[in-house]
Amino acid sequence: MSAVPPENPQGPPVLEMHDVSKSFPGVKALDRVSFHCRRGEVRALVGENGAGKSTLIKILSGVYQADEGTILLGAKEVHFAHPVESLAAGISVIYQEFSLLPDRTVADNIFLGREPVRRGMLDRARMWRETQESLSLFGADHGIDPGSVISELGVAQQQMVEIAKAVSLEARVVVMDEPTAALDENECEVLFGIIERLKARGTAVIYITHRMREVDRLADAVTVLKDGRVAAEFDHVPEASLIINAMVGRELRDFYPPAAGAEEIGEAILTVRGGGNDKLFSIDLELKAGEIAGFAGIQGAGRTALGRALFGIEPFTRGAMILEGKEVRFQSPRDAIRAGLTLVPGDRKAEGLLLMQSVTDNGMVSARAFARLLAGHGGSGRLSAQRMEELFGQMEVRAADYRQEIQFLSGGNQQKVVVARWLSLAPKVLIFIEPTRGVDVNAKAGIYNLMRELARGGAAIMMISSDLPEVLGVSDRILVMREGRIVAEHRRGVGEATVMADATGHTEAAA
Amino acid sequence: MSSETQDLNAVRARRRLPRINPIWFVLAALIVAIIVYNPNFVQPVGYMNFLKRAAPLAILAAGQIYVIVSGGFDLSVGSTITLTVIGSSMLLNNNPDATWWVILLMYAMGLAIGLTNGLVVSILKVPSLIATLGMMITLSGLALMWSGGAPRGYLPESFRYFGRANITDLPLINILPISLIVLAVVVCLLWWLMHRTNYGRLVHAVGDNPRAAVLAGVPLMRVRVSAFVISSLTAVTAGILLGGFAGVSTDVGRGFELQAITAAVLGGAQLLGGRGSVSATIAGALTLTAIFTLLNFVGLPQPVREVVQGLILISAVAYAMYRRRHAVH
Repeated sequence: MSAVPPENPQGPPVLEMHDVSKSFPGVKALDRVSFHCRRGEVRALVGENGAGKSTLIKILSGVYQADEGTILLGAKEVHFAHPVESLAAGISVIYQEFSLLPDRTVADNIFLGREPVRRGMLDRARMWRETQESLSLFGADHGIDPGSVISELGVAQQQMVEIAKAVSLEARVVVMDEPTAALDENECEVLFGIIERLKARGTAVIYITHRMREVDRLADAVTVLKDGRVAAEFDHVPEASLIINAMVGRELRDFYPPAAGAEEIGEAILTVRGGGNDKLFSIDLELKAGEIAGFAGIQGAGRTALGRALFGIEPFTRGAMILEGKEVRFQSPRDAIRAGLTLVPGDRKAEGLLLMQSVTDNGMVSARAFARLLAGHGGSGRLSAQRMEELFGQMEVRAADYRQEIQFLSGGNQQKVVVARWLSLAPKVLIFIEPTRGVDVNAKAGIYNLMRELARGGAAIMMISSDLPEVLGVSDRILVMREGRIVAEHRRGVGEATVMADATGHTEAAA
Repeated sequence: MSSETQDLNAVRARRRLPRINPIWFVLAALIVAIIVYNPNFVQPVGYMNFLKRAAPLAILAAGQIYVIVSGGFDLSVGSTITLTVIGSSMLLNNNPDATWWVILLMYAMGLAIGLTNGLVVSILKVPSLIATLGMMITLSGLALMWSGGAPRGYLPESFRYFGRANITDLPLINILPISLIVLAVVVCLLWWLMHRTNYGRLVHAVGDNPRAAVLAGVPLMRVRVSAFVISSLTAVTAGILLGGFAGVSTDVGRGFELQAITAAVLGGAQLLGGRGSVSATIAGALTLTAIFTLLNFVGLPQPVREVVQGLILISAVAYAMYRRRHAVH
């Protein structure tokens, strides 16, 4: 499959990790994971969100330190206390978020922190020459020269600079974390070509991806992680369905609430026809009263963008939105809320909470935002602070005092408060983005039941989640997104493998 | 033990601590010191004069706290004070009958300044520090242009009434400066607005986390702009009092912007927004005035006063940051 086969595919591994474990408070992120990679090999590292891929890579690169286990690099045991040490030892990690300085040149970035000096002066000529050499690995000129300023380059070109930096550092192991996430078809092909060249040089490449097509195209070997353990390991590339089954195959837990009966699902409340913007294309969608619609897809598939478009954060620029028979156009969240939409954001700390304000204030903020500004902050009637605190009680928000700052509550309790904020407004459509991220199991069940009750009350629920079992367990209807489009729609009861296949674009793998 | 129980315990431990803002103890200590130097301070004339002197700064700081809690700074207030004093004296032109409409006009000017600050920050996304610094320089230039470099004329008694006059022959307290009544009215109004209305909670929300506030439906721009307007209006009020108290000069408002910010910080305001109290800010303003009074008694000259003020500002912020780092998490 590869253009240049590795000299000795069964040679000794350049990198070995033995029985690596890592715990964070409340979670065992990695449980005795063993992993290896050979010279000139592309090893795909796959697994669902939260399976432990990032933790493994962060241990490898010295961002985290393992609780147990050993790492051997070229048969020598190594301990990295800091990313700088792993970089010096020959491990380069290319994250999705690049670590380049945007206002400096390519050469400046490649030599950052190890600039060559000649007679006490910066040796620009040498920087330039060596940068040129590293870039030449990419074959044809891709519009990058050593003097280009990073911010003027495209995403694909920036990625090449990252790779050139790894080459210039003479990395023995290059880790790429979903490198194609932001690339188009042609750019992907260029990247694949570069990876082939890295292989030919004898570099080991660890390639993290969700896309089966890329595993097929590039990889020589595959390791599948699931729930912090190695679920499967292949020294060849097997059928995609085998990989997918190893990735999922988790039992549905019994804490999901029952589905909506057919009679409970009503008319469409919110309809989108041909909706689109920078990130979304030809979105046709109906959110119905009484129904929980779950949205599945890999990172960057456009699920969050869709929620944000509906809510007026980054609105649709094409198509029409119809709310209860009337065409609507939201230019801000405030417009959307006024019309009866709400959104529980995925990043609770950055977008949901007012960390320094009290629990009650966090619950009351939306009611106050639409009340008379000079009215007393205690509110009145349905929108009073007293009613809000009763609601907290019903939702079992655990706090020593509702006047304490919300930052001292646990994740699950914080999330309940963000949801409570909306309930006082009696919304028609509730959008939940990653509603149970960072929430413990019990609170999760509470949030699922709450969503079901809201649906029973006649609201339309849109749930966006990267936790596939959760999407399948809670939703009445499952919509799968890929590359900014809705690509499939399933009823409750669909298998994980089918959804995963739709999400990754590997439809043949559907069981 | 779950993290939740830990949270609860931590919070219980916090709640056992007294909740009185430490600035009140500092103020009490300084007042004792003043009394030691000058026993006459306990007489109504003594403390009433002190309060009269503190009133402009206290009013100004009570307005500044709105901008600070909403997540910004307003450096233009000192120049707004100067422009109010110069503008009033030019417009009045020694005609006492014009007092009321000139005052009205000055408030209209304050409204315009506040709106401009707020809109520049909200729409043009200029950081408030820079936007209001630009406004500060512009306004002080305008004041100089208007007065032709040296202020002409003087303010008629009818205008100076607010900053200078006292009600006398009162039982118990004997005298009551008009400026103190103005202070009381403004402070009550601003305290109520900040701590008892929906608007006040939204100012906190916007300063705490603007992104979350917008997603919760808070009209970010309206809240921010109104905070700047409140600050500018208090600056005009402070200007009217200072014009009465100190008379006309082109540097009457100089340095007041930083004094107001220092007062807010002394009162425990969070410099990046989200937390602050009107009453503690008033305590901060009184504390600052008390320190200046003491320095006067000790006989230190004006430049030393500025050095001390700078050091207080830095230490108060450093202390606030220290407290924040060591807060329970």
